[in-house]
Amino acid sequence: MLVLTRKLKEAIQIGDDIEITVLAIQGDQVKLGINAPKHIDIHRKEVYLAIQAENNAAAEASEASLAALTAKLKQWKQR
Amino acid sequence: MNIDTKYHGTVAVKEEDIICFPHGLPGFADEKRFVLLPLADTPFVILQSVKTPALGFVLIEPFSYFPAYEFELDEAMVEQLDIETERDVAVYVILTVADPFDNTTANLQAPVVINARKRIGKQVILTNTAYKTKHRLFPEKAAT
Repeated sequence: MLVLTRKLKEAIQIGDDIEITVLAIQGDQVKLGINAPKHIDIHRKEVYLAIQAENNAAAEASEASLAALTAKLKQWKQR
Repeated sequence: MNIDTKYHGTVAVKEEDIICFPHGLPGFADEKRFVLLPLADTPFVILQSVKTPALGFVLIEPFSYFPAYEFELDEAMVEQLDIETERDVAVYVILTVADPFDNTTANLQAPVVINARKRIGKQVILTNTAYKTKHRLFPEKAAT
């Protein structure tokens, strides 16, 4: 991993069109500003991992559980 | 062409029914082609992978189950999905069907947004939102 030290307001250029700037430092929090082309998705890492994990869990559904859920849903909607 | 599916057996699909997910979905980056197959007698629509028969996500239209659900697509998403008008946009959320099924949840933090006219899809991860990956489909007290 490349390690660079930056101060407040200093930036890092990645390739031709990605720029990351240190906007604020408060205690153990760092606020970053990111400029990147629109086709590049930017996410907090833990959020991205949570979505990945949820998708993996969602892909595990079975036909039987789906049938049970459908029955429950019908009953529930009638209330 | 015929494809094998998770819930529908072998299904004939037309090339124009295939929805392209240019970046796949998080965790499924290589899955770029899907079809939407409604599951008969249910409110569910299956997002079925064209190349992987065992991969089918269970989707619902969120607004009848979560009436207050709303989000804004940012400019980058509108561009990626090549959206010209709101009318072309279909929104679904992925269900995680649990056992027991009372605990089934919907992922409101990352809706599946589809440009139905251009047949481009993307699972959009909402930023700075209060929505989470798990919202119960059935309120806790209704569970019996």
